[in-house]
Amino acid sequence: MDKLLEILKEIHADVDYDTCETLIDDGILDSFDIISIITEISSEFDVQIPANEIVPENFNSAAALWKLIEKLEDE
Amino acid sequence: MSFVSLGFLAFLAVLILLYYLVPKKGQWILLLAGSVFFYAFAGWSALIFIAVTALSTYLAGIYIGKLAADRDKYIKEHSAELDKEAKKAYKAKVKKRTYLIMSLCLLLNLGMLAVIKYTDFGISIVNGIFRTNIGFVHFALPMGISFYIFQSMGYIIDVYRGKYAPEKNIARFALFVSFFPQLLQGPISRFDELSKTLYGPHKFDWNKFARGAWRVLWGYFKKVVIADRMITAVLALSGEPEKYTGVYVVALVLFYAIELYADFTGGIDITIGVAEMLGIEVAENFDRPFFSLNITEYWRRWHITMGTWFKDYIFYPLSVSPKMLKISKWSREKLGQAIGKRVPVYLSTIIVWFATGLWHGAAWNFIVWGLLNCLVIIVSQELSPLYTRFHKRFGFSNTKGYNVFQMFRTFWLMGFIRVLDVYRDVPGTFRQVWSVFTTANWGNLFSGSFLKLGLTLSDFIAVLAGCAVMFTVSVLQNKGQVRDNIILKRPVAVRLVVFVLIALLITIFGAYGIGYDAGAFIYGQF
Repeated sequence: MDKLLEILKEIHADVDYDTCETLIDDGILDSFDIISIITEISSEFDVQIPANEIVPENFNSAAALWKLIEKLEDE
Repeated sequence: MSFVSLGFLAFLAVLILLYYLVPKKGQWILLLAGSVFFYAFAGWSALIFIAVTALSTYLAGIYIGKLAADRDKYIKEHSAELDKEAKKAYKAKVKKRTYLIMSLCLLLNLGMLAVIKYTDFGISIVNGIFRTNIGFVHFALPMGISFYIFQSMGYIIDVYRGKYAPEKNIARFALFVSFFPQLLQGPISRFDELSKTLYGPHKFDWNKFARGAWRVLWGYFKKVVIADRMITAVLALSGEPEKYTGVYVVALVLFYAIELYADFTGGIDITIGVAEMLGIEVAENFDRPFFSLNITEYWRRWHITMGTWFKDYIFYPLSVSPKMLKISKWSREKLGQAIGKRVPVYLSTIIVWFATGLWHGAAWNFIVWGLLNCLVIIVSQELSPLYTRFHKRFGFSNTKGYNVFQMFRTFWLMGFIRVLDVYRDVPGTFRQVWSVFTTANWGNLFSGSFLKLGLTLSDFIAVLAGCAVMFTVSVLQNKGQVRDNIILKRPVAVRLVVFVLIALLITIFGAYGIGYDAGAFIYGQF
């Protein structure tokens, strides 16, 4: 999780990822940010997030994104 | 059948009457019959293309659905004997087959679109490069083909991704592809959203019906009073570019922005309004885009369903594809973190905007238009740290006044890129835009020359009044729908009288008067 937070902090340092649950709904992350995050995740975690998983539910919070990574690692 | 014709209004009246009279279970079948009738007006041959799209996508969806169901059944039945790796391998094997079917379906439909839409463009390129003289084929573009093919492609990709189960009834699927209000110029609907209300049953709901009717009226107002009037000046100014330079180019940018907005959003209002009268919810395609502060926001608010289509089905899959991730890794190693990080995003952005340009039409002006949009987006992205610092440093940049400046800037920037559409000549457009800085003819604003463009003073006054109404409505929409907040709160008798009066006003102040088959919708040609 720390590694993921590090990636997210690098995109937007001023966001409180522990509490924010509206990263997509409030437009904090745009499509450019999402792709940067996915690219970083693929090199850090060795999982590939497919396009069909790019939905608000998976990217609205750090916790949701972490859950997705765990799910994909498990598959 | 144009939306702006007595024929369409008669068709709509009969259809709506029957729709609420037939048994509820038959409503969607009536809609399908109505859609086929509507489409057949454009020529029976065009029906073949839409039938090929509907049938091929339907069959591919069914087949993919069957393979997925068989896969799940197999894994369930053999879960004890299959370990994790074996399950994974089996899933991958099935995925390969479903991918193949989806690809064939995409290839057939996009191939069909490419042949019809782009053959002449291809020939012109070949003729240009090899100095040959191959004759053009001049295929007639079937009505709405870019829209229904994209809608169907979205469906088959979603089914492949397992987002929803395929539609089993071919007639129901055919209605999804051919639903007449959105056939002409979209919106590009998603099956999981449209199907919620498309198939009914729908009891007559006076409130919904009235909301829909008001929206249709609003659409006609924009189209007939504003767009169809403005087009005369747009054609005059773009028809003689040598004569109309400098201030006239600025005027053209403004006039075309007004015309296109009133035309496209007016058409979409009619589409969504008609659907609402039938109890059906169609996705919104605009969110007052001229109030956008920057180009990225503008593209989130203009032609929304096209933007999200390109994002979901091209931008994201391309950006996160294994190949792109490889390119990203390579570029980070070779070009450094800072540049390497940007490669997949920017490469995908360029490809998406190239495709968006090409989708709009088979000509260089559309491609350059797409790439210019892309350039502005990438430059703004690169400058965003600078903007953040600027907004932190200077307090005035967070005021309403500065926001108005940003809207103004975005409006004109998009406007100047957009005139590529009307000149349809890339170097010519650049020459015209350059003339704004080199030709000092601003005095012509007051010389009466604008009254020689085919529009009288009263025409300009009508457009100005129309724009003032559009602007006021847009501002009022900050607090919700004008229909709900103002109109529908009045007594029925008052509403009825006002509705009839506005309809009469549209008839009188419409650019050509009723009975005239008014100008085609601009987006109908894409």
